[in-house]
Amino acid sequence: MLGYTIKRLLQMVLVLFVVSIIVFLMMSFTGDPVFMVIPIDSTQAEIEQARRLLGLDQSLFSQYWIFLSNLLQGDFGRSYVFRQPAMDLILERLPATMEMVLVAMAFATLIAIPLGVYAGANPNRTASRGIMAASLFGISLPGFWVGMMLIYFFSVRHPFLPSSGRGETIEILGLRLSIFTADGWSHILLPAVTLALATLAIILRITRAGMMEVMRQDYIRFARAKGASRTHILFAHGLKNALIPVVTIFGLQLGDLIAFATITETIFAWPGTGKLLIDSIYRGDRPVIVVYLMLTAFIFVVINFLVDIVYTVIDPRITVK
Amino acid sequence: MQRLLSSEFVHNYRHNIPAVLGSLLVLAFACLAIFGPLLVWQDPYDVSQLELMDSFKPPVWLDGGDPHYLLGTDGQGRDVLASIIYGARISAFIGIAAMACSCVIGTTLGLISGYYGGMLDAVIMRVADIQLSFPSMLIALFLMSAFGNGIGMILIALTAVGWVVYARTVRGSTLSEIQKEYIQAARVAGLSDTEIIRRHVLPNVLTPLIVVSTIQVGSFILIEASLSFLGVGVPITEPSLGLLVKEGFDVLFSGIWWTSAFPGLFIMFLVFGINLFGDFLRDELNPRLR
Repeated sequence: MLGYTIKRLLQMVLVLFVVSIIVFLMMSFTGDPVFMVIPIDSTQAEIEQARRLLGLDQSLFSQYWIFLSNLLQGDFGRSYVFRQPAMDLILERLPATMEMVLVAMAFATLIAIPLGVYAGANPNRTASRGIMAASLFGISLPGFWVGMMLIYFFSVRHPFLPSSGRGETIEILGLRLSIFTADGWSHILLPAVTLALATLAIILRITRAGMMEVMRQDYIRFARAKGASRTHILFAHGLKNALIPVVTIFGLQLGDLIAFATITETIFAWPGTGKLLIDSIYRGDRPVIVVYLMLTAFIFVVINFLVDIVYTVIDPRITVK
Repeated sequence: MQRLLSSEFVHNYRHNIPAVLGSLLVLAFACLAIFGPLLVWQDPYDVSQLELMDSFKPPVWLDGGDPHYLLGTDGQGRDVLASIIYGARISAFIGIAAMACSCVIGTTLGLISGYYGGMLDAVIMRVADIQLSFPSMLIALFLMSAFGNGIGMILIALTAVGWVVYARTVRGSTLSEIQKEYIQAARVAGLSDTEIIRRHVLPNVLTPLIVVSTIQVGSFILIEASLSFLGVGVPITEPSLGLLVKEGFDVLFSGIWWTSAFPGLFIMFLVFGINLFGDFLRDELNPRLR
């Protein structure tokens, strides 16, 4: 187990290294950042000077070397627009994004798992078919459009929920959070629902598929024969064994939610990292884009690692290689 | 033809209401996209046909609606229905073309990976693994922000995220195909590797790809719409459905909902139709899941 964990950790480092190369190469295609930092009326000599300061006069390889060694020393560069360290900008907005993603994930899981268990245990009932059709519909929804329609109905037509911002926040453990105030909840409701829909549908479908597979097994028949209650069979025998694919998809979906949060945050003017990313793309603020990508890559790698570890806990039959 | 009509596949299809419904939806939208320009009287991108006086007309069933404009007009007096029809052509083209590129590249890499194995296989599959651990939306967003707008760029970005699933599927089937005796027979008969791959392996690994490609067209249409909505997708001169929704977003707060609601509904039902049909195909072509 220890050997496996170490091997996975090394893999994580390797993946992050590859990602850093790709991010660096891609970013060097996005035009000349020197024009982001100099005044419009600079002379040729000033342009050259700025170029030297940014290290742009050196070869691609030594530029990468500088980039990597700066990253490893915790120097992530300064935003061209805000003139602040890019990492600080992102960390400041990270709680807002995480809050929205986790609330969306909670909505999705709490609704999807019971429905998935029901649809998987009674595949031929009309209600189950309805649930499945609805979930397919959920996958087909363009998330940004759903958000806009929610804004139209709940903020424009019948204005009882706010359409933008985070509302009142309180500081807890140094993080500014809005889920502990009523005003915060009224702000988070629409974005979280928008973000949750697709994930809800996917988790539901995976849970149902897993349940259908499990309910065929002999141990379920045995549990019935021994007289266990129906809820006990469904959740303790059925769901527990159907959880493996659900956990995988849970990890992947968490990543997807972070990615799609960029869209939801743009629609609801939610002051999180996703909106910062989109704004930075518009402004050509390269350091912020780079830090965002490296940080999300890091988060994804950690999520994947945790998912692999959780497997062995849920299902002792899975032995690590 | 007679044999095809009486086959199990067709029988199951005809008794599967969602599948029939899905394919009808797709067919209807396809007809609208292909023949639509003949049905609407306005070309929304010919400035001489636009009437600024007719801007922001509501749909015909609301007060102030104009029978000329069935679904209302936008800020430049463009007929929303006409914009949707022209936009749907762009969205559908991107979805299908990107799927075709992904399929060709992914299948080729999967065949090479599965047939030859070794270092090449290891490299291709590791790249695929790394890529799969990141959401495709984020990769596409990142590529678009690096390369800039344009339909060509979207095709590259979508292909870059889409090839993986083909490569993995094809590699898996190839590995199990090359164990079989007919491949050994072909080897003994003296066929070259390329011939074996092209004439014997390829036809036998294609079936699972039908499902993958169907569903992928739907998800590509959604990703393209999201990118265009964020402003890093198609250029304003070639507005896809996603860009229409984005343009509608700016006026949504003044209560003008029709310029964004209808393009979005169109995307939704189109993708829903594709998914309904894809779901049926998956059940039919993949007996393991029955």
